[in-house]
Order: sequence, then C-alpha cells, then structure tokens
Amino acid sequence: MRKSAPPPLRELRKAEAVTELVGNTPLVEIRKVTRGLPTGVRVLAKLEGFNPGGSVKDRPALRMIREAVAAGQLTPGRTIIDSTSGNTGIALAMVGAALGYRVRLVLPSNVSEERKGIIRFFGAEVVYSDPLEGSDGAIRLCRKIVGEDPESYFKPDQYFNPMNSRAHYDTTGPEIYRQTEGRVTHFVAGIGTGGTVMGTGRFLKERDPRVRVIGVEPDAALHGLEGLKHMASSIVPGIYHEDELDLVVPASTEDAYEMVYRLSREEGVLVGQSSGAAMVAALRTARQLSHGTVVTVFPDFGSRYLTTNLWTTWKESLDVGNVGFSI
Amino acid sequence: MSVRVRVPTPLRKFTQGSDEVDANGETVGALLDDLEQNHPGIRERIMDDTGKIRRFVNVYVNGDDIRFLKNVDTALKDGDNISIVPAIAGGT
Repeated sequence: MRKSAPPPLRELRKAEAVTELVGNTPLVEIRKVTRGLPTGVRVLAKLEGFNPGGSVKDRPALRMIREAVAAGQLTPGRTIIDSTSGNTGIALAMVGAALGYRVRLVLPSNVSEERKGIIRFFGAEVVYSDPLEGSDGAIRLCRKIVGEDPESYFKPDQYFNPMNSRAHYDTTGPEIYRQTEGRVTHFVAGIGTGGTVMGTGRFLKERDPRVRVIGVEPDAALHGLEGLKHMASSIVPGIYHEDELDLVVPASTEDAYEMVYRLSREEGVLVGQSSGAAMVAALRTARQLSHGTVVTVFPDFGSRYLTTNLWTTWKESLDVGNVGFSI
Repeated sequence: MSVRVRVPTPLRKFTQGSDEVDANGETVGALLDDLEQNHPGIRERIMDDTGKIRRFVNVYVNGDDIRFLKNVDTALKDGDNISIVPAIAGGT
C-alpha cells in the first residue's frame, strides 16, 4: 500500500480578504546555528514574517479591531489611533485599509524609513513624537491627542488590551502545539507588549503544565532591539504578568545582531533583531537540555531593517573584513 | 568650550533625570570622557570597550550623524548641539 504524503504545514488557501490570511505561519527547524546540541534537542522557529502585514503583529491588530467592531467601540467614521513605532502600526494600517477605517499613528521620528513608507502606502496618517523620548514618548503624545477629542477615536491600546494576548492564546499557541504534535517542551519569546509570550505561554501550559515559558528582554535600558522592552526602565504593559513566566532571559544587542547575521548566512533565514534576541535565548535554553523541543517566535523578516543600524553597521564590519561570531 | 548635550530617556538615570546637560570637549571622544567624569557610567552605554560608538546608538552634532563625519574624532566648537539618539524607535 502506498504511504500517504504528510500533510502540508501551510495550506495554500484562497481568501476572500487579506485579513483571512493572518496566522497559520510555518515553523522551521534551526539546524546549523544549533550545531553541537544533543540529538534529542531541537530548536524550531515560527516565521511570523509570513503574515500578510509582514509580522506577528497582524494577529493582535486584527483581533483587537474585530473585537472593537463587535463591541460597538469602533463605529464607522471613527479613526483607529495608537502609539506604535513598530510592526503594530503596519498591522493596524493594513487592517484599517482592508476593513475601511481611517488610521492615525503616533511614532517617534527616528522610526525606520521602511516603516514610514509602508504605513503611508496603506493610507495611514503619521504623527511624529520626540525620538529622545522613545516609545514611551509616543504613548504619552497619543494619550494627549485622544484626550483632546475622545469621540473621534478608537485606541486599541495594545499594551493594555487583553485581546492582544488573547489573539496568541487562540492562534499562535494552538498552531505551535499542532505543528510540534504536542512535543513542545520550552517556549521562548521576546517581550514587547508581552502579548506573544503571555497568550501563547498560557495556552501551552494549559495543554501541558510541564512546558516552560521563557521571556526575553534587552539587557539594558539603552538597546538596539526594536520591538523589545527593558521592563525595569519602561512603562510596564498592563497585559504583562511576569509571575506567569518561568524565566526572563536578558539578551544583549550585540549578541542579537550577531545571531541575525548568523541566521541569514547559515540558515538562509533573514530576520529582524528581535528574532536574533529570541534565538540567542532559545539557543541558551537548548544548551541546558539533554532532551526537548524548544520553540521560539521570529516576529518579522530582516528586509524591514535594511536602512537601520542593524544592517548599516554590519556592512561596515564586512567592509573592513571584521566578521567573526562568538555566540 | 561648552556644548549642550541632549540625553535620551534611557540614559537620564545617569544625569539625575535631566534631558539636557552641559559638557566640554574638543572632540566627540573628549566630550564623552567629560560626560563620564560628571555622570559616571554613561560612557560605556554609548561606547564599547574598543572606543567605538555602539551600533545601536547614533550621535549627532548639529543634526549630522558623526558616522558620516569623523566619528569620535569629530571636532566640536562652542555652542554646538549634541544629541545622543537611540538608533531604534522602540518598536512593538
């Protein structure tokens, strides 16, 4: 009898709308960067760059907007507004365009040119905040704008909206459990709003309480890990509950950047810096195991950062032949 | 010579919360030494062990990125405005 082919991880679907294509991202095994691990230890990464908006943030953005429409908080004529210097802005701009809502985003002015361009192409309006005040400065300016005319806006507020982590509880968690056939033993994810690590971690622990959930944060207040928050020096998101995590691992910007370069050259996986930090922590976790399946999340692809210091400083290293890896 | 230095939020714990401080130096490198004298711990956040500006930090002199000038050897004059700006905008 002929053996049937394994089911495809990612079915090719015909969608009525781009929003139907959010989620169901592929999981890829990281094989070369993990060289030297015991044979019973695997590291797998979920490639969230495959979402239609190009990042993991499509999941919470879509969920927060859908929930707000259902609850009557987002009505026709109201504008979606939020402070986001990153992928959430792109995701909200995409979802807003797809569903027919105006979108206004408050961003620190040092946000990358790619982001500014993508957001504008989706038709969203951009308000710039002081780059020296970082993302917390954008949060404060956004609160002020909404406070002046609260009836005109709907603010998803990803840092405090429980639908952010719920999106991951309902989609990312089940996908990982299914894709690993229940074999996941460790889940490692960067902490930005905390949505991914909280929601996914909760689901996986409910399925199997032995699953260890590990958060990754920058090792210092001044860092270059776009998308991640150094909690001790930040406004702590309301949806983030550190007590639910088994461990929080600090990652240095230098190690994360080196990991990004290694992933691109050794695995053919070109990702952003927060993916590098996640992989550093996943590898550190895996090195302590004799058996296990470590799953991490790569929030986006690296092509989104070509004009940022991640790649421009790497180019400088290449120019002087100074290429070496210590992780 | 005296210049004004704008300090980003993550480094204000070294400047007692100030978003701007005065400092002295003939070059950016000397300025960072002077900052370190008055605000111990701040320099290593900006420069690595080899004396290079960290990859994720941008230093501007009157709006120009020193990577496109003479890096830490960029000369300063009285009244220049220096900004230390995180290379990333935070994200999420």
